Amino acid sequence: MVWVIAVMLFLTVLATAGGIGTARATGAVGVQVGGRATVQIAAADPGRREATAGEAASLLAGVAGVSGVRVVPRAEIAQLLSPWLGGDADDVDLPIPVLVDVTLADAGAAQRVRQALASLPGARLDLHSQALAPVRAFLRTMSMLATLLVAMMLGATAFVVVLAARAGLEAHRGTIEVMHMLGATDVQVARLFQRRLSLDAALGAAVGGVAGLAAVALLGAQASALGSELLGAVTLGAMGWAALVVLPFGFVALAATVARRAVVRSLGQML
Amino acid sequence: MQFENVGLRYGQGDEVLSDLSFSLTAGEFYFVTGASGAGKTSLLKMLYLAQRPTRGAIHLFGTDVVTLPRQRIPGFRRRIGVVFQDFRLVPHLSLADNIALPLRIAGVLEDEVDEAVSEMLAWVGLTNRAQARPSTLSGGEQQRVAIARAVIGRPEILVADEPTGNVDEAMADRLLQLFASLNGLGTTLVIATHDLQLISRVRSAQMMRIDDGRLLDPTGMLRHPPGRHT
Repeated sequence: MVWVIAVMLFLTVLATAGGIGTARATGAVGVQVGGRATVQIAAADPGRREATAGEAASLLAGVAGVSGVRVVPRAEIAQLLSPWLGGDADDVDLPIPVLVDVTLADAGAAQRVRQALASLPGARLDLHSQALAPVRAFLRTMSMLATLLVAMMLGATAFVVVLAARAGLEAHRGTIEVMHMLGATDVQVARLFQRRLSLDAALGAAVGGVAGLAAVALLGAQASALGSELLGAVTLGAMGWAALVVLPFGFVALAATVARRAVVRSLGQML
Repeated sequence: MQFENVGLRYGQGDEVLSDLSFSLTAGEFYFVTGASGAGKTSLLKMLYLAQRPTRGAIHLFGTDVVTLPRQRIPGFRRRIGVVFQDFRLVPHLSLADNIALPLRIAGVLEDEVDEAVSEMLAWVGLTNRAQARPSTLSGGEQQRVAIARAVIGRPEILVADEPTGNVDEAMADRLLQLFASLNGLGTTLVIATHDLQLISRVRSAQMMRIDDGRLLDPTGMLRHPPGRHT
C-alpha cells in the first residue's frame, strides 16, 4: 500500500498545484488586463492619425471611470513590431496605427469609453478582457478539472485503504477471533489496523509528498525561466504552498479514518 | 451459569445440541466428556460466548447473554478464560506477549502486566523461552502458553477444550494441579476431555456427558443433573 499511496499523493500534489496555479492565474489575468483597453486609430493620413489620437486622449481623460490615458509612442510600437518587421518598423511611411492605452477603474467605464469614442471616426476600442476571455475560460476549465482530479484521487485513495483493510482483516482473521474471545472490543482491534495502515500511509505520503513538492518546485522554476507573462501568472503563493504541504497529513488522516471505519464495519458482522 | 432448553444448529442442518438444561455452580469443577463429534466443542463455544444458541436461554453472571447487545459481550468475555483445542496463539507475538494479551486488552498497567507474565512463565516452566515465537515451540509447550494466557486474568470461569491433549503425563498432572489450585481460589472450571483417567484424578469434580447432542448424567456424578436445576 505504501507505493500506491506514494503515487496517489504525488499525482494529487501535481493536480492540486495545477488547480491552485490556474485558479490564481485566472484571477491575476482578470486583475492585470481586465481593467485595460486599447484605442486603435488607423486613419490613412498620418497627420490625421496623430490628431485623432490626441483628441481621443483628451476626450477619454475626462470620461468617468477612466483612471489613466497614454498615447503609446511610435518608437514603442516599432519595438513591439520589430520581431516581424525588423528595422523597417520605424519607417515613417509604414501605415502603423496609433495606439492609446486606457486604464479603466470600474466595470462600467468600458461602455462610457465606447460612447465617447463614437464621435471619433477611425477610432476602434479593444477591451483586453474580451481578447483574453478564451484564455480565462481555458484556465477556469483547467482549474475545475484539477479539482475534479483531486477529488477522484482522494476517492481512489480511500478505496485502496478500504481494500487494504479488508485484506488485512482476512489475513488476520484468526488473530482477531482470538482477541475477541479474550475480550477485545471492535475499537481495540480497529485501532491496531488503523495504526498499521496509518504507518503505511505516512510512509507513502512522505515519499509521494516530497517527490510531488520537488516536481512542483521544478516546474515553477522552469515556468519562470520562460519569461512568459501568462505562465508567470501561474504561481502558487504562500497559501498554495501551505496547502501542498498539508496534503500528505490530510492523506494520512484520510487513511486512518477510512481504515477505522472499514474495520469497525467488518468487525460488526462478527460475533 | 444456567442453560434453559438450549438448542444449536449450524445453518439449515440438524441440531447438533438439543434441549440442554443445566446449571453450573460458581466455584465448582466440571468435566465435559463424550465421543468425538458429540458436541463438546459446540457446548464450550456457547459457554465462552463464541456462539449464540439458535434457541433457548443462557444466563451468565445473572444476565441473559443470548439477547445481550454485541457491544456488551467483551465485558463478559474478560471474565472467562479459554484454552482452545488448537491453542490459537498469535503467531507474530512472543510467548510473553501472547500471555500478556488478556491483561493488555483489559488495560492493565504495563508494570503489572510484566510482573504477572513473569509469574505465569515461571508457573508453566517457560521462563527461558519468553521471547520465542509460538512456531518454535512443541505442541505441549504451546498448550502451556495457551493455559497461561487463559488464566493470567484470574477469570471467574475457565473453559478448556482438551487441555492435556498434547502434554505428557507428568505435565498433565502439573496442569491438573494448576487447575485444582485455580478452582481452590474460586474459579469455576469446565474442561472438555476424552481422558477418563484425568477425570478420575479430581475427586471433587462433576462430570457431564454429551451424547448425540444431548446432555446426560450417566454416572450420577453431576450434582445438578439435567432437569434438576438449583
